[in-house]
Amino acid sequence: MLPQIIFGYFAIVTIVLSLVIITRKNPVHSVLWMLVLFFHIAAIYLFLNAEFIAAVQVILYAGAVLVLFLFVIMMLNLKEELSSERFIGEWPIGVALGLSILLFIFFSIAKLAPGPLGKFTIELIQKETHTKAIGKVLYTEYILPFEVASLILLIAIVGAMVLAKKRT
Amino acid sequence: MNFNEIFGTFGLQSTSFLFQLLIVLVKIAVVIAITMLHVAYATYFERKVIGHMQVRVGPMRVGPHGLLQPIADGVKLFFKEDIIPSNADRTVFQIAPLVAVFATLSSLAVIPFYDIFYIANINVGILYIFAMSSLGAYSLIMSGWASNSKYSFLGGLRSTAQVVSYEIAMAFSLVSIMLMAGSMNLIEIVQAQQQYWYGMYLIPQFVAYIVFLIAMLAETNRTPFDLPEAESELVAGYFVEYSGMRFALFFLGEYIGMIVMSSLAVVCFWGGWTVPPILLKFIPQLAIVPGIVWFILKVYFHIFLFYWIRATLPRYRYDKLMALGWKILIPVALANLVVTSIIKYIY
Amino acid sequence: MNIPLPDLTPIIPEIIMSIVTCALLTVEVFVKDKTKDFLGIICIGTALAVMYMIPMSQGVTFGGMFISDGYSSYFKFIFLISLILTILISFKFIQREDAEFGEYYSLLMFATAGMMIMASSADLILLYLGLELMALSTYILAGIKRHDTRSNEAALKYFLLGAFSSAILLFGISLTYGLTTSTNIYQIAEHLKQGETSITLLIAMIMIICAFAFKIASAPFHMWAPDVYQGAPTSVTAFFSVGPKAAGFAVIGRVFFIAFESLQMDWTAILIGLAILTMAVGNILAIVQTNMKRMLAYSSIAHAGYALLGIIAGTTEGLNAVMTYLLIYAFMNMGAFAIVILLEKGENIKDYNGLSKSHPLVAAMMLVFMFSLTGIPPTAGFIGKFNIFMAAINAGYTWVVVVAVCFSAISAYYYMRIVMNMFMKPMEAEAKIYPNPANGAALLISLLMVFIIGIMPSVVIGYTFQMFM
Repeated sequence: MLPQIIFGYFAIVTIVLSLVIITRKNPVHSVLWMLVLFFHIAAIYLFLNAEFIAAVQVILYAGAVLVLFLFVIMMLNLKEELSSERFIGEWPIGVALGLSILLFIFFSIAKLAPGPLGKFTIELIQKETHTKAIGKVLYTEYILPFEVASLILLIAIVGAMVLAKKRT
Repeated sequence: MNFNEIFGTFGLQSTSFLFQLLIVLVKIAVVIAITMLHVAYATYFERKVIGHMQVRVGPMRVGPHGLLQPIADGVKLFFKEDIIPSNADRTVFQIAPLVAVFATLSSLAVIPFYDIFYIANINVGILYIFAMSSLGAYSLIMSGWASNSKYSFLGGLRSTAQVVSYEIAMAFSLVSIMLMAGSMNLIEIVQAQQQYWYGMYLIPQFVAYIVFLIAMLAETNRTPFDLPEAESELVAGYFVEYSGMRFALFFLGEYIGMIVMSSLAVVCFWGGWTVPPILLKFIPQLAIVPGIVWFILKVYFHIFLFYWIRATLPRYRYDKLMALGWKILIPVALANLVVTSIIKYIY
Repeated sequence: MNIPLPDLTPIIPEIIMSIVTCALLTVEVFVKDKTKDFLGIICIGTALAVMYMIPMSQGVTFGGMFISDGYSSYFKFIFLISLILTILISFKFIQREDAEFGEYYSLLMFATAGMMIMASSADLILLYLGLELMALSTYILAGIKRHDTRSNEAALKYFLLGAFSSAILLFGISLTYGLTTSTNIYQIAEHLKQGETSITLLIAMIMIICAFAFKIASAPFHMWAPDVYQGAPTSVTAFFSVGPKAAGFAVIGRVFFIAFESLQMDWTAILIGLAILTMAVGNILAIVQTNMKRMLAYSSIAHAGYALLGIIAGTTEGLNAVMTYLLIYAFMNMGAFAIVILLEKGENIKDYNGLSKSHPLVAAMMLVFMFSLTGIPPTAGFIGKFNIFMAAINAGYTWVVVVAVCFSAISAYYYMRIVMNMFMKPMEAEAKIYPNPANGAALLISLLMVFIIGIMPSVVIGYTFQMFM
């Protein structure tokens, strides 16, 4: 019972926090709530025995991505930001779309088939540690997508430099 | 740390679970109490050490040789008025110092002080410490922004950029340790070092150690990388608007951060609580000394190093700091990583 | 712990492309500004070498994730052609545009590598990553004139909408995975053959169609195209109008012909709607444009509509017609853009007034490319359209072809207007041109291919098919 309660807490808080984030008037507060949200998501990963992903979630999203968000947002003119409308005029359409997607997901969940069991059972992962298990899969089965993803990151760096270089 | 395991047994063996919980709580209390006491006296040591290095005597008035000085400081800070600037973002302003303490204090949870004394033994120990130290950047940026002051804002921005940049170099230097040990579990890292006669990764991973040391100084915002609080330019940086207890909390966070980083250095490079096997062979009597003593000695060496560097080196210029981080430390750490993996692959 | 290395033969072209590009990025730092053309020459050399290697590196590898067959090889051939032509027309142009960074060539190469991975991927994860590799490079290329506000606008619009379409694609992929328990295209196909279709599956498929339609700039997901085409440097625009579009068709062919084979009825219905809308929007809006690049943008939208007919046909003949069409389109569109680049002021349609008086040869070449884009014999454009329409008629979609022919007739208006401006209108001011050997070579190749394919289609097309399939 206790695991369900705790999972329920994290799941509900995750949803509530997402709503809190998009409704804050002050963008800095939004980002700080997002930080709290990321910790809750990390906790959900822990439930799945994915300790590595939980740690990386915090390090990368909370530690790097969100800090950069904050950097940009703190440079904004906050007074202007606070006085402007939080949502554009068409937000009812957005809400309707969002709700319909929610309903769609809700009804299609029953149709989703559980995937075939992989060779990494929970016992094996606990014995081998999650990090090793991820490493093995990533560097054997999914080596090609992994390498392509690294190229994508390289391009992102190159792009940042090309677009931000000083005029010579 | 496995939630399913802990709570799955909750309904069946509640007594044993409660017992375990109690033990953990006691351990937490012990660690926090010792750390707090340490922080108080770390400030005293700092002033004394730096004083003597600069041919002064340091605090002398309160108690014999100023020994009660930290207590007096603490009492003063505790009773001071907690001022919140009228244009500050109150909530964020109030939370920021708590985040600073929380981030560093929670890192202590995974540090193995001794082979039987640790709060939690988790498989991703190093990553956990990274996660928590990256959280520490938020306290700086939150306090800097929420104070609504130019000085603190600049300090906050500087420190965040600094912490984010140096975290990379630090992570890379520790990745080579993970490679050597084949684990991210801090206890296993200590044990893995015992298989060498010298008993510590300091020797094969000397380059990584240097990188780690420099990055450690930058991560904890200590001299020569204390730009976030550069007194001469920014008054006091991100916590310029703070006073009383909240100001003390920032201090607490910084000093606990130093302990955490020193402990990490000790665990990863100095063999934690162990003594090098070669020493034990020549002087078997050393085995009588409990491991915790070695651990504390090694940690104090690093903390002394912090003070030493502070007393010796001038502050870096900001662009130099960034250049050092990105153009020297990261490439060096990466090269070290490549060499380590090649050697590891050959053997 | 030894990890067995997978068979690398099928992926050698992609590996070479990536390694050379990474090396270029490093070398570029040490190269002086005046000698940067040399980087482009290396790129062309690599592209030619890779083109030579493609027929030799066939097979399936990485656990069925990467598949190099005739289909993918032919598309890779198209991508490389467009890469080479783009580099040829860029040499002096990017100097003129003050956008000469060594990264320019590297990004073109990376984009091409991404397209090659897309064409070869038999796994939706890899497909998505290849698509992102291509997309990210093209976003940056669109904004490479970073002090030009139009270029910035183009990059930003392309990026935001592209990111949105990627999100939709991922949503579709994850739904498909949830329904079929696999991301491998062949396994999805097998799974779908057994099970009955559901609304969820249809919605997943529609999401994937939306994302791909965005990449080929098919209406109603074409909104980005005119602005991006206009804002990006012209050489980059030329690349956009051919490469990413062909890559989009490559994945459409692979995913819908194999993975969603059992849903052919459904996706054909959707694609017919898309194709007709695309042809309508492209051809009708092209008429009112006054900017040459915007006009060519709408024309490329219209051409995506024609090419979709081959997919709609749902037969091998249709697919082959699409491939041929894209190859021909690459030559004729690149040729048109090469002329735009050749002129000092080629952006405005008025700039072409009386071009035949000042530069008759240039005007004549433009005439050929415009005829070809319209689809008038004996140019290659006619052969392309003819094949596509034949395939669609053979598959029984005569009414769609009738609609397409009507729109094709409309398209003659705006292509011929350029020709009319060039030959019948009085010259306002003498147009200045910037001829250089590389651009000349690109023009010559395009012109020759447009004529050769137009006059002897079976020879060229037969030869390329034999080479690569």
